[in-house]
Amino acid sequence: MASNETHQTIYSNDQPDSQLTEDTIMTVDKLGMKFGQKTVFQGLTFTLKRGEFLSVLGENGIGKTTLIRILLQQLRPTAGEVSFLPSRSQVTIGYVPQFRNVDNEYPLTVRDFVGLALHDHLTPWWSKHEKQRLNQVLRETDLTRIAHTPLGRVSGGELQKAYLAQALIRQPQLLILDESTASLDNNMKFELLDLVKQYQQQTQAAVIFVTHDLPLTKKYSTNFLLMQPGPYQLGTIDELNETVLEAAHA
Amino acid sequence: MLSYPFMQNAFAAGTLIAIVSGIVGVFVVARNMSFLTHTLSEIGFAGAAFGLFVGWTPLAGMLLFTSVSSVAVGQLSSKASRREAAITSISALAIGLGILFLSLSNQNASSATNILFGSVIGISRTSVLQVAILALAVIVVIIAVYRSLKFDSFDAVGARVAGIHGTTLAIIFLVALAFSVSVAAQIVGSLLIFILLTLPASAAKYFAHGVGSMIGLAILFALIGVWLGLALSYWTNWPVSFFIAVIEVLFYFIGLIFNRFTARN
Repeated sequence: MASNETHQTIYSNDQPDSQLTEDTIMTVDKLGMKFGQKTVFQGLTFTLKRGEFLSVLGENGIGKTTLIRILLQQLRPTAGEVSFLPSRSQVTIGYVPQFRNVDNEYPLTVRDFVGLALHDHLTPWWSKHEKQRLNQVLRETDLTRIAHTPLGRVSGGELQKAYLAQALIRQPQLLILDESTASLDNNMKFELLDLVKQYQQQTQAAVIFVTHDLPLTKKYSTNFLLMQPGPYQLGTIDELNETVLEAAHA
Repeated sequence: MLSYPFMQNAFAAGTLIAIVSGIVGVFVVARNMSFLTHTLSEIGFAGAAFGLFVGWTPLAGMLLFTSVSSVAVGQLSSKASRREAAITSISALAIGLGILFLSLSNQNASSATNILFGSVIGISRTSVLQVAILALAVIVVIIAVYRSLKFDSFDAVGARVAGIHGTTLAIIFLVALAFSVSVAAQIVGSLLIFILLTLPASAAKYFAHGVGSMIGLAILFALIGVWLGLALSYWTNWPVSFFIAVIEVLFYFIGLIFNRFTARN
């Protein structure tokens, strides 16, 4: 496959080892996924560094969510591998999906929901330190005011913030946003991503953002991965322009 | 009423059963396992009948059958698309086996009635002790896995991402549920166990403002049902399970009305 010289396009035969630095948090090496005879993607190779904000773009059905499910170890790839550095157990992953299967009738307050992720201790009640952490995250995500409101009664934007707060409470080194802004109005999209960016600047976490939203991609991302039929494209956000997108849809 | 030893035993066992049912019921409701609990009660009937057939206590037979089959049913019904069919077929088999074991054991009709509908008079001091040990075991297990169970039950997607092993947790919970079913059957009978394991928690979710208060309210509703049911049964000589069923259904409908009223406002 021809490489466009204005774009940094990495193909499956590139060696990820050459890109490893001490900032690398994840490597994806010749990753492939098939469902039966249908190839979703193949030869996907890239590295992710601390502080990197990678937007994953592509049309519906191209395999973006499949990729995320592989990264979350919910699916086993049919080829290649994903490695975390220094190891999977040492990399905490936060995940913010578009929707969550939480029953509206559950008596789960926003605070309860965010605190669910504090599951390591044996005591049924939260420790003083855990309560402090919980209050801090609620404050940082602007949820203190509705902390005691049932989850079923908050707006879509507040719900996404609650998902984000739950992901952030464990201070993830890798944060995955899977179409998290898709159902939000314009202001709320930017508000949510401002919170993500703020967290990223404080912690140097890596972010993977699955989206169709180009303005958001251009404002917040450092890099992009464009999944498309045939070879995928990977580059810095400055290299994402109309030519690339048109080529993707050609 | 409380001067009679059999009523003291019934109240002691009933209190323990209500506490266990309230706690476990919250997770039954959150994990959408009401139908499975119903099936476990039928499996409990088969187990109790098996216990009589081989000369064990009905409780021992119940524990064996519910523990083994709860895990089997849980695994079989892990796929939502086949959940109802899998549970229905096992339920049918359990009822069939229960009837067969009762028939083979030459027990009279009152044994069957006691297993199916429970018996206040049948609770001895030893039964209370057995119930206490089983109840304690269930409570200790639930406390040990409380946070992970809460996460997995109320937000399974988040729990998976956080690295909680869903299958192991599901098996632990199913065994705890099987123990709870066997415990609760002592007073309400195997046919109506699901009343205490589902309705108090289902009603509580409409009044509570958090998981902790949901558990507290579920215990309270179960306790009121059991205590009031026992007292009314003593005064009227009608079956205790009838009163418990009516009281718990009442709590549930009040909850539904309360929810509709608060949602409108």
